[in-house]
Amino acid sequence: MKHTLSVLVENKPGVLTRVAGLFARRGFNIDSLVVAETENPAVSRMTITVEEQDQPIEQVTKQLHKLINVLKITDLDPADSVERELLIIKVRADARSRSEIMQIVEIFRAKIVDVGTEVILIELTGAREKVSAFMDLVSSFGVVELMRTGRIAMSRGKRPT
Amino acid sequence: MKASRVILEALKREGVDTIFGFPGGVLLPLYDALYDFDIRHVLVRHEQGAGHAADGYARASGKVGVCLATSGPGATNLVTAIANAYMDSVPMVAITGQVSRHLIGLDSFQEADVTGITLPIVKHSYLVKQARDLPRIIREAFYIAGTGRPGPVVIDVPVDVTKEDMEFDPAALPAMKLPGYKPTLKGHPKQIREAARVIAAAERPVIYAGGGVITAEASDELRELALYGHIPVTTTLTGKGCFPEDHDLSMGMLGMHGTPYANYAVSRSDLIFAVGVRFDDRVTGKLEAFAPEARFVHVDVDPAEIAKNVAVDVPIVGDAKRVLSALLVELKKLNLSPDRHLPWMEQVEAWKRDHPLVIREPEDGQIMPEAAVGKIWEVTRGEALVCTEVGQHQMWAAQHYLARHPRRFITSGGLGTMGFGFPAAIGAQVACPGALVLDIAGDGSFQMTLQELATAVQHQLPVKVCIINNQYLGMVRQWQELFWNKRYSNTCIECQPDFVKLAEAYGAEGYRATRPEDLEEVLRMAFASDQPAVIDIRVKREANVYPMIPAGGTVGDMMEGD
Repeated sequence: MKHTLSVLVENKPGVLTRVAGLFARRGFNIDSLVVAETENPAVSRMTITVEEQDQPIEQVTKQLHKLINVLKITDLDPADSVERELLIIKVRADARSRSEIMQIVEIFRAKIVDVGTEVILIELTGAREKVSAFMDLVSSFGVVELMRTGRIAMSRGKRPT
Repeated sequence: MKASRVILEALKREGVDTIFGFPGGVLLPLYDALYDFDIRHVLVRHEQGAGHAADGYARASGKVGVCLATSGPGATNLVTAIANAYMDSVPMVAITGQVSRHLIGLDSFQEADVTGITLPIVKHSYLVKQARDLPRIIREAFYIAGTGRPGPVVIDVPVDVTKEDMEFDPAALPAMKLPGYKPTLKGHPKQIREAARVIAAAERPVIYAGGGVITAEASDELRELALYGHIPVTTTLTGKGCFPEDHDLSMGMLGMHGTPYANYAVSRSDLIFAVGVRFDDRVTGKLEAFAPEARFVHVDVDPAEIAKNVAVDVPIVGDAKRVLSALLVELKKLNLSPDRHLPWMEQVEAWKRDHPLVIREPEDGQIMPEAAVGKIWEVTRGEALVCTEVGQHQMWAAQHYLARHPRRFITSGGLGTMGFGFPAAIGAQVACPGALVLDIAGDGSFQMTLQELATAVQHQLPVKVCIINNQYLGMVRQWQELFWNKRYSNTCIECQPDFVKLAEAYGAEGYRATRPEDLEEVLRMAFASDQPAVIDIRVKREANVYPMIPAGGTVGDMMEGD
């Protein structure tokens, strides 16, 4: 089972190493990791997706709590949170395939951000499943390059994440 | 004021009276400030010794131990000692010098990424970027090291920082900024009531107590609770002394080389009351078979320890002292009758009677190793402050040096560091100048840090090193004998110095005992001396530590002797 941990940390040098090192030591492989400042510049948020393995995720969250720079950890319930990833993909597109690609872009509410004679750059945001579905569809045209960010997630409703 | 002096002033404000250290290039400003400052500096001969001495000082005194090493190799030499303190939850502040800020990251002379290297083995660490942060960082470091579940904190200080001029007012305490650090000390009242109920209902209760009880200064509370509830107590290696081992309710140590009765009791218990312990593999053996009939109440200040290795029925996060006193109040409300579990107490007594720890009679006129420990206990009446190295002698010491008081049996439990005991004993002697401090050592371990003899002599610290000398790396040899067809690969160390002459070469006293009838006299002479001494006790070479439950085994696999 995949977990999305939202971890508030003090925005200080070395904190990322402490957190990442802890996961490695306890035998957890990080699937994706997004780090950025929050509304408070002294605080960063790390959104970490991780697969639950032999030992329960609880041991890692407890160990994370012991890091002095970690302020708060939330194990987000997918049903009760909004998740997004950003994808930028460079697809082969000649005069013939271009319109077909543009149709798919429209259906997915993606965005064309650059057009060249042989390639087209598309930007898409969405939940992981949507991003994957889009990638499947456009890959038949030939993917030159693709980049996706890790997942960010926010709990629904008034309660802060 | 120079930042180098500010560091010392801030240490003094934290109550530091002694630093264990070794100078170096980037520490020149700090050592210059130390030259006429009112803090004692114990100069070691290797930085690892400084770390272990700070560790021993901390465990003997309950205060935060402080060690100091220079950049690069000085700091990397501290790594073993920091890891040792981390594994046994010892409060320590390790200050390391670092190259100047503009040289960091350029592979400069004697540069090492110390905060990086020590990351997995510290409770927290700091790289000081500007002098004005020093007072706050030092205050935070001592607070973090000494509270909650204690541990080592590293402060890495670039040399140019220590040369800066800055404002400092010793009377003005800097505010700490630790929004992410709030140890839970008070146990949850509902959980404590539940624990009392479960304990009162148990028919075969056992208390399993560890180093956390000593750290929390909760030995009195533990004793009161055990006596009131009439519950037998077994302790871990690092918990030795948290309950008097010569008390009727004591079952001594449990686990791999624990007493048969402690292990039998745990295996048949219906309630394990675990306090300040972490269900280490050397205690539990095969986890699924550990106390298979028991429910578990587990008290620990570190929430991550609870349910880490075993499922717990009543978890209580909190400081052992507070939780035990609150629990005692709840237990007394239930009016426990002391004979409510008489058959169990009779059973424990029967195990003690039928499976005692044995001190073997001399064989071939030789001293038996456990008899040497027994004699040391007898001569000191169990009142010495004992440190140990790691190996067979450590287990014999654990079995036969019955500890009566907390902070009087100091050993490397988690990391199992050979070479720990002697420098730790030096630190303990600094903390307790009037105490008789022993290092019960093996000949292998002692050779790892014996250069600290110079430290003991220079600082007139009359530590007595009692070498249980079998000219083997005995514990590994024992495993080779039992599990590897007696192929003694690289465990025979007959090539060794004459320890008597070695001690004398350093200006310490050297003694030797080779026959059982000489041992007592030799020990008495050495212990009566006000000088550091090495006592070379030649013992029967191929003697094994028993009982033994092989790694990953169960109480059914226990070997009680050859």
